Amino acid sequence: MTPLALTDAVAAYGETRVLGPLNLTLAPGERIALVGKSGAGKSTLLALMYEQWRQREVALMPQALGLVDTLSVFHNVYMGRLDRHPWWRNLVTLARPWRSDVAAVDVLLERLGIADKRWTPCGELSGGQRQRVAAARVLYQRAQVLLADEPVSALDGPQAASVMQALADGYPMAVLAMHDLDLALRYCTRVVGIQGGEIAIDQPSQHLSVHDLQPLY
Amino acid sequence: MSMPLSATVRVTLGLIVVALACLAFGDFEISAHDPWQELGRLAMGLIQPNFSSVDFLGEAILRTVAFAFVGVGLGAAAGLLLALLFQQLWVRTLCAFIRAIHELFWALIFLQSFGLHPLTGVLAIAIPYAGIFAKVYAEILDETDPEPARTLPRRAGRFSVLLYARISQAWPHLVSYTAYRLECGLRSSAVIGFVGMPTLGFHLAGAFAQGHYATVGALLILFYVLIGTLRLWVRPKLLPLYLVAAPFCLGTGLPIVWSNVSRFFTHDIVPAPLRHGEGIEGLLPWLGDLLVHQALPGIWNTLLLTQIALVLTGVLAMALFPVISHHFTGRLGGSAGHVLLVVMRSTPEYLLAFILLQLWGPSMLPAVVALALHNGGIIGHLVGRRSNEIALRQDAPRGFDRYAYEVAPRVYGPFLALLFYRWEIIMRETAILGILGIATLGFYVDSAIQEIRFDRAMLLILITALLNIGVDILARRLRAKLRLRHTINRQSC
Repeated sequence: MTPLALTDAVAAYGETRVLGPLNLTLAPGERIALVGKSGAGKSTLLALMYEQWRQREVALMPQALGLVDTLSVFHNVYMGRLDRHPWWRNLVTLARPWRSDVAAVDVLLERLGIADKRWTPCGELSGGQRQRVAAARVLYQRAQVLLADEPVSALDGPQAASVMQALADGYPMAVLAMHDLDLALRYCTRVVGIQGGEIAIDQPSQHLSVHDLQPLY
Repeated sequence: MSMPLSATVRVTLGLIVVALACLAFGDFEISAHDPWQELGRLAMGLIQPNFSSVDFLGEAILRTVAFAFVGVGLGAAAGLLLALLFQQLWVRTLCAFIRAIHELFWALIFLQSFGLHPLTGVLAIAIPYAGIFAKVYAEILDETDPEPARTLPRRAGRFSVLLYARISQAWPHLVSYTAYRLECGLRSSAVIGFVGMPTLGFHLAGAFAQGHYATVGALLILFYVLIGTLRLWVRPKLLPLYLVAAPFCLGTGLPIVWSNVSRFFTHDIVPAPLRHGEGIEGLLPWLGDLLVHQALPGIWNTLLLTQIALVLTGVLAMALFPVISHHFTGRLGGSAGHVLLVVMRSTPEYLLAFILLQLWGPSMLPAVVALALHNGGIIGHLVGRRSNEIALRQDAPRGFDRYAYEVAPRVYGPFLALLFYRWEIIMRETAILGILGIATLGFYVDSAIQEIRFDRAMLLILITALLNIGVDILARRLRAKLRLRHTINRQSC
């Protein structure tokens, strides 16, 4: 496993540059928390990372989650591995899932506490349940790197912690945009603070406290 | 752990099972001895069209446009008046009834009374269109914001309030819908040529009969160009000019014999037993005979064909929408896809069925294929546009997996809603295709007219109208049950 590098990343809306140029390297075994005010460019930075690193196996958990509301929870999670199966098998799965796939997905759903919703269309779930389905999808995907945008924003304390733990277990190498600084420090190995389109803080999380991050806000 | 079937899936499977059962009862043989050669000759005609007979082509196009303008213009004016009275039950019932009768049936009725006079063609378009305009105009007016009307001076007259607070708000929507109906009017106008009006259908049938495939090709190409360029030559500023000029371009036809008109409405369409003074005792056997030997077989075949065409339409639409969806095609492919769908939906079912019947011989096959191509093109277009509103996540799968998991599940609800909207339209058209010789209701109507039994023809037309109203109600219930909400779809001709 080699490190992933982001070099001279720039984002602009029309003429105005909103981000960068930024340089950042993600080493194996490193989980980066992106923190900063809303509108600081965290989501934009994640999108840039995905663009540059997409050749590698990257799992993406966007803020809008990207769930298909008309498909069941199982199918949305199964979508994490569409690329591992031939198209006809995926087609059959829509009508009649393989028992082994259901069992494998169930393990994740159990852990995230939504196994009873297995066959419920995602459109009928609450915000917190939807977020857990998206988390289950990236966990099921088992890529090398996770890019997640506010993965637990709709979950309360203990649930947020258990989903963060699951994501951390599944992805030793990850970049997560976070607004909960406690969780960021607890589950990530490194914190990158964004301010005014630039990197203002870049420290291992063990050297930081919530207080150190306050100036960003 | 087995997966439960969702309501949409159950309905889909139900429709497919019914259609498969219908297939077993239908007649789908190709009886022409060399269908491919015929198809080849038509294709050659399209590739090497003959534009030399300018008079002939010019008249076909001029009359088609003129009948469309006069018919749609009158229909829109009457429709607006009816829309203002739409809260009255009798107006709603009247409108539902007149739009449930296809323009070709109206043409057949007026041919027997007014003869080959332009009035026949004009009324055939104007009457059903007035019914549709009334309903849609009323819906559009209902959707306007009621607030402005409350702010107007208390003593402002009703008409002024209507004009300033309702119609002015709704104006852009009224105009865009009317413009859309004009395109439908062109198709209707072309089709009433098949029963004798001097429009495109008449000239097309003539060219086919004489085997002039190059002229057929030229007529079809001109028709597509006419519809494809509609936006270029129908300008708001030019509209008054067209509307004034159109009535003078209808041709003269044959004079109306007024004694025929009054005899038709007071004598010919009265059921024969009543006319002969046999009273109720004579009427019941007459009705029974008509029901058992004509109406029921006609209804059976109409339903059979409708269900098969409905499913084939759906399959085609779901298979074709990716050709205009930017999730699947690039810019160039998308443009080609647009052309394909425009050609499919611009060709009226009746015209397509007429052509396919010439090529394959009489059976249900040409009708089903014609209905599926036309309606599949329309629904495919609308579903494709809908799919373009979806934003996929950056790492969405590609190719077939994208279709099956990301896009199709998201558009399937709107797709089903559209399909149910078209159910009634497909049935209306199925009944009409009988005039071409397929044993649906239209066939029995046409035969009764050939036998100069107008009383029977009228009753069969009434039955067809009731059937259409019934299917419309059923489709509305199904949509409500499945909670299929789709922004009101008014593109329905």
